[in-house]
Amino acid sequence: MADFGFTIIKPRVIDYDSNDRRIAEYIFEREPSFRLCIECGACSATCSAGNFTRFSLREFNILLKRGENSYVKNELKKCMLCGKCTLVCPRGVNTRNVISLAQEAFIKLNGHEV
Amino acid sequence: MMEGKSVVVVGGGAAGMEAAGQLAKAGARVTIVEKESETGGHVSKWCYLFPDRRKSTEVIQYLNSQINQKNITLLTGEEVNLVEKKGGRFILTTSNGKELDADAVVLATGFDLFRSERKEEYGYGIYENVITSADLEVMFKKGEIRLTNGGVPQKIGFIHCVGSRDEKVGNLYCSKLCCVTAVKQAIEIKEFLKEARIFCFYMDMRMGGALYEELYHEAQVKHGISFIRGKVSEVSQTIDHRLVVKAEDTLAGRPLRMEIDMLVLMAGMEMSQGGKRIAQNSRIKTGENRFFLPADHHFGGNKSNVRGIYFAGACAAPMNITETISHARSAVQDVITYLSDGKQ
Amino acid sequence: MNSEGKKRIWSEYQKEIADDHFFYVRSCIRQSFFPGSEQFFLNFMRKDLGKDVFENPSHTTCTGIGYHGDIVPFSTTMTVVARHFALMKESGYKNIAISCVTSFGIYTEILETWKHFPEELEKTREYLYKATGREFDIPENMAHTSDIIYKFRDEISARAKYPLINRMTGEPLKVVEHIGCHYSKMFPKYGIGGAEFPRVLSGMIESWGGEVVDYPERRHCCGFGFRQYLVQANRGYSLSNTYKKFNSMKPYKPDLIITNCPGCNMFMDKWQYTIKAMEGTTFGSAGDSIPVLTYEEVAGLVLGYSPWDLGLQYHMVQSEPLLRKMGVDFNPDDKYKTKDGKNMPVPQNLINS
Ligand code: SF4
Ligand code: SF4
Ligand code: SF4
Repeated sequence: MADFGFTIIKPRVIDYDSNDRRIAEYIFEREPSFRLCIECGACSATCSAGNFTRFSLREFNILLKRGENSYVKNELKKCMLCGKCTLVCPRGVNTRNVISLAQEAFIKLNGHEV
Repeated sequence: MMEGKSVVVVGGGAAGMEAAGQLAKAGARVTIVEKESETGGHVSKWCYLFPDRRKSTEVIQYLNSQINQKNITLLTGEEVNLVEKKGGRFILTTSNGKELDADAVVLATGFDLFRSERKEEYGYGIYENVITSADLEVMFKKGEIRLTNGGVPQKIGFIHCVGSRDEKVGNLYCSKLCCVTAVKQAIEIKEFLKEARIFCFYMDMRMGGALYEELYHEAQVKHGISFIRGKVSEVSQTIDHRLVVKAEDTLAGRPLRMEIDMLVLMAGMEMSQGGKRIAQNSRIKTGENRFFLPADHHFGGNKSNVRGIYFAGACAAPMNITETISHARSAVQDVITYLSDGKQ
Repeated sequence: MNSEGKKRIWSEYQKEIADDHFFYVRSCIRQSFFPGSEQFFLNFMRKDLGKDVFENPSHTTCTGIGYHGDIVPFSTTMTVVARHFALMKESGYKNIAISCVTSFGIYTEILETWKHFPEELEKTREYLYKATGREFDIPENMAHTSDIIYKFRDEISARAKYPLINRMTGEPLKVVEHIGCHYSKMFPKYGIGGAEFPRVLSGMIESWGGEVVDYPERRHCCGFGFRQYLVQANRGYSLSNTYKKFNSMKPYKPDLIITNCPGCNMFMDKWQYTIKAMEGTTFGSAGDSIPVLTYEEVAGLVLGYSPWDLGLQYHMVQSEPLLRKMGVDFNPDDKYKTKDGKNMPVPQNLINS
């Protein structure tokens, strides 16, 4: 292909219609409290993992709901399942289960089970 | 048409006083039962009111003039435990064992402030200089804002939604007034302490009342108050007794840590203990939020499940003073209709 | 800081702790890292208090580290724990005493899971029965061993030979407590004092004469994090958490750190060595590192047990500065001697010694 020294830039828009929201759907079905998250950030403020890395449960929640999955997939493993986030969540989101289910969903999605 | 009718109003705060005043004007004989030694309720504990920063004493003056009528009797230092309907009339039993007789009842038992020590992670009652919005009003009344060691705070934080919108304490509802109260109090602090820096930690800014958004605007532009979107997850104390606040700055997407001198918890509103007791003893329905349950959210905001018993004010849901006054007036309208209907 | 406020919280998180007849389940790692701790517990309970503490040699790991390291699935963990309950039933005991916070967390998580998802309990019964032919009951009383020491803290203080007081100044020693996330953060009701202002260790410290240090990062994790530590490339991440805590406690000049959990103890102890080796920083007073002891080791010191019998020499940060402050009578020559007087190899690069 010809190289003109510049590129065609991909839009950074969240393409809601073509994004894959099966991971979020998978979690919704099994842990309905996932829908309750209001992105308040209490979990990510208290999270041990988020202190040193970009790990943020709040961010994952919204990204999964928008179908922006690829970033989340690689980061999820940083969670230590310590449960501090469950303790502070004002919406009663079962956060640890959300994380476990997300991991499960990614594995199943890879294996085309979802 | 109300001549000779007697109505008992339970609670002598803004709602009870307004309802009593309007009932008396309509000709009823009214008894107000107030648990404290004086009327005025929460309003009398506040210094200035939102949105226009009027002095609370002006509202109290108005309310006092409402109940200053010869057909109103005031019983203070007494609580109602039970309301019973017998043959179309009501008997109210008080904590002193008195029985009051009435043709109709207005419940105006108001709200209790959320006990902030229940949010353990904020350390109210443990760390110095963690105070509530109500404690701050006491300071405003005294005319000075001081740390426990007598110093002047330079950096002050407000935490919104303490005890509201919080599944962990069993309160899913929004208390409606605390966002605007935080904004009002933040501005007032700035007026006391020009140099102070103020930060409000919020989940949503709910500025839904008349002139609220304008107050928010003023807080930002005129007073330079900062608003950080993130629920505070914990508070701790440094060796020199400053407070450490941890939240996520959700808009920046990073955890945030800040040391401050004083922290104000925006305590939410809960159904009052007195209201709960009456509800339980007298089988008056309450909602999931534990406030009295209006018979119809659109047309029966004052009606209980018992004909002849009506709600006025914040015992039915969190509401501000303007709404409380209107709500009390509409309760009175219901009482008048009920009594002139020949009460079935 | 207002202690009335704390007392109110503590009064809300009291749990019943059995008085006698314990089925004791050991930790996998404590016996190697702090070999005197469990021994102290057993001696104290049996000999000093005359209690019945039973051990079943068929007891195994709870799988906690494997579970948190993502190697062991939860259903396996539940079945292994169910087997411990079966051993307890077979031995005729109803009160379980758990000697590790990781295990305690596993046990609480399992009991809560069974409460909320009874089908999981039924499945576990079935798995265990199919695999081993065993049946089990849920314990009537479940305590972490620190809960039990907490319960008897005043008995210890009544017999104290060396209270947590600096003999030179007469001042209480400044003690940092660290309860470990899995003790009560997941389920605050299982921990004495809850999760925000836990009482289990602070109660011991105060009863034995010390002063509890409440520093800003008190509630932060020790940094163990299981798989964060297990993979070498992730260790910096584990270290950084601990570093953050140490920096936060440093201004208070703590004399001692008491831990609840074997993992926390290891990391708060050994990372002090690592940090010192990496950048020369120490966190105690006068350039020392801060000794990190288990609650049993501290209880033993307070009661006048020999520090070497308690196994203090097996920590990375050595306790001599603390022993001197407490006025403990000890013989440095016995430090690396076996009971029959032979010399053990002496480790290199210990700090504080
Ligand atoms: S359970 Fe995971 S996401 Fe939640 S606070 Fe702990 S490390 Fe963070
Ligand atoms: S604390 Fe709960 S509501 Fe808030 S961002 Fe986290 S999961 Fe969502
Ligand atoms: S008004 Fe604001 S502070 Fe009060 S509960 Fe609602 S959102 Fe929270």
